[in-house]
Amino acid sequence: MFYREAGDFKTTYSDDSQTFPLQLDRMGYYAVLAVAFLVVPFVIDDYWATSVMVPFLIYAIATLGLNILTGYAGQVSLGTGGFMAVGAYATYKLTTSFPDISILIHIVLAGFITALVGMLFGLPSLRIKGFYLAVATLAAQFFLVWLFNKVPWFYNYSASGQITMPERTVLGQLVTGPSVSAPAKYLVCLVFAVALAWLARNLTRGMLGRQWMAIRDMDIAAEIIGVNPLKAKLTAFGVSSFLIGIAGALFFAVYLGAAEVGEAFGINKSFLVLFMVIIGGLGSIFGSFAGAAFLVLLPVFLKNVLVGGMGWPTDLAAHVELMIVGALIVFFLIVEPHGLAQLWRLTKEKLRLWPFPH
Amino acid sequence: MTLRFASLAAAAVLMAAGPAMADLVVPHLSYRTGPYAPNGTQYADGFNDYFTLLNERDGGIGGQKILTPECETAYNTEKGVECYEATKGDAALIYNPMSTGITYQLIPKAGADQKVLYTPGYGRTSAKNGKVFEWVFNAPANYWDGASVAVKHMLEQEGGDVNGKKIALVYHNSAYGKEPIRTLQELGEKHGFELMEVPVDPPGQEQKSQWLQIRREKPDYVILYGWGVMNQAAIQEAANIRFPMDHMIGIWWSGSEVDVQPAGAGADGYKSLTFNGVGTDYPFYDDLKTHVIDAGKASQGGQYVGSAVYSRGVYAALIIGEAIRTAQELAGSPEIDAAQLRDGFEALNITEERMAELGLPDFGQPIQLSCENHGGAGMARLQQWDADEQKWSLITDFMEPDAEVLAPLIEEDSAAYAQEAGITPRCG
Repeated sequence: MFYREAGDFKTTYSDDSQTFPLQLDRMGYYAVLAVAFLVVPFVIDDYWATSVMVPFLIYAIATLGLNILTGYAGQVSLGTGGFMAVGAYATYKLTTSFPDISILIHIVLAGFITALVGMLFGLPSLRIKGFYLAVATLAAQFFLVWLFNKVPWFYNYSASGQITMPERTVLGQLVTGPSVSAPAKYLVCLVFAVALAWLARNLTRGMLGRQWMAIRDMDIAAEIIGVNPLKAKLTAFGVSSFLIGIAGALFFAVYLGAAEVGEAFGINKSFLVLFMVIIGGLGSIFGSFAGAAFLVLLPVFLKNVLVGGMGWPTDLAAHVELMIVGALIVFFLIVEPHGLAQLWRLTKEKLRLWPFPH
Repeated sequence: MTLRFASLAAAAVLMAAGPAMADLVVPHLSYRTGPYAPNGTQYADGFNDYFTLLNERDGGIGGQKILTPECETAYNTEKGVECYEATKGDAALIYNPMSTGITYQLIPKAGADQKVLYTPGYGRTSAKNGKVFEWVFNAPANYWDGASVAVKHMLEQEGGDVNGKKIALVYHNSAYGKEPIRTLQELGEKHGFELMEVPVDPPGQEQKSQWLQIRREKPDYVILYGWGVMNQAAIQEAANIRFPMDHMIGIWWSGSEVDVQPAGAGADGYKSLTFNGVGTDYPFYDDLKTHVIDAGKASQGGQYVGSAVYSRGVYAALIIGEAIRTAQELAGSPEIDAAQLRDGFEALNITEERMAELGLPDFGQPIQLSCENHGGAGMARLQQWDADEQKWSLITDFMEPDAEVLAPLIEEDSAAYAQEAGITPRCG
């Protein structure tokens, strides 16, 4: 009744091709942005920032990155953890070498460095496909982790091999280090998440995105109609790694503050982000956020309910939590193989017809 | 979706609202799941049981009950940080996260939030320097002490000369395992032994290639810095290649019953460092039995009472308890805050008589801390596994580490941290 196209007239092409053609959608989007930027920073506390919002936003960026590669361009990658590590170590090396340059610039530069590394490891994708490519990117994962463990230059020869983020400010406000305030931490991640989601959205509906999707749907056909597979695949690796690199940089600099490559960026991270992509929905921007939200918030939520609310022993709760999350993943994949994004799409379809579906 | 989860989680957090302010809160970051659970569980039980005993027998410390709300970290840094943020409310006094990785995360955070961080036998070694690390304590011993005492023991075995010997360090490839490398390199230069570094990627169930390397290069000694399943795998592999077990020395975290039992008779003679006694032959355990185990209040039913890692959990809780008591005396009131607890730690003096009073004579070394020294004397002793008897026996007395080598290293590393974090050394 309320959610419909009727009466929403478009008089220009640009109006017609905007991201949210429905007025209600548009208002919803601006409302979410307004709440995220104008309300949340004033009410957020340390726990919510550190344990919920910051990891959610960072994982959302990483998921967006992998979604571009896997969801839009159809190239399976298990190297996400390794690429996040590149972003983290690049930020660390840059900010300890050039402490006077803004950390935001370093984070973006770290994204570009990761993009280069990602394109390098993306080269085999021109020859190998599918599961074989997954194995090749797996090699990237292990190689990068090994590299950051093995070469002391990357961690400035610290005795423990850990990298620790020094304090850095943006506009006079601390954004990294132990004393950073909850809103600052949250806002930095939010700005990056919104900007990168906007970038991803507009890339994927432009020519580049169409090339990616053509390659994904059938690479030979795409080549015949004039899509250059070298360019399409390498740009997909590059853009994807750029986003993942920024996620890794934020993960280290803003979220953890200290990291150890094997633990923070191990193979588990690659799988976690891949699961977020699959659960959220392949080839969907909204799905990236939904998938990240699902896998970041649900464990924290369950833990708080089971241990905090119901007073269960912590080990039992931890095991039950694993079982519930696992069962829900299976349930979602059976009920809706196209992820949460498809559920959301179906809900919207139904809403358009509501309350008279016939 | 997000919103709904968020609001539900908010409700859940509110339901779990903090304990009454009057109690002493010692948030307990434990791990009973994951690859480190076999050891983590025992430690957590010991830690809980000691405070349960104080609450049951003495009504707490100075009349204040001690609460140890548990939070599961699974030895994972992200979960550890989540636990820290969830529990760091005003009442929390001290953290003992039992993981070097989490400790590295918490050192700057604890300083900013003014919470005491107590990392007995693990964490950042240079935190011993209280001039730089105001809020961190790592008494009674640290990783470098351990490495030094292990080398001392080798010197004793070899009649004072390890020149030209080859020593392999099999280590957990993480901040924890890398800690002793610098020290062993320095000690190698001093004593003329050759150090061979053999990293094992965590969690470390698979170590075939590492032990093949050891078999090929035939080191005279193996020092093991492992944790969780890595210990079991390493000791099993060592037994498989018939490495002489009395030439294999584990750090204290590689010396619990669960580590050696899977290798059966093959593990006989394996040595490990320790800084606490093992077994239940102490008067303390009579009280524990009466007030905690028989009363059905033991953590997980008391199935690990007296094991090596359980005893270490008890010891950690004991030192925290003594620091709280000292802090209460200094503050002149039973209610203390984290800053007063830090003062309590800096004035901590646990003598042998005090240990006997607590029912644990000869269980640990005397500990005296100060503003400068947050790490104590750093002594350790060796225990050896007897596979027939299925028990550890102490084979040496407490040995002092080589301060001549360690002190400059600690000075150097803490100075580097002070510079990195912009800390001005304190203590006058």
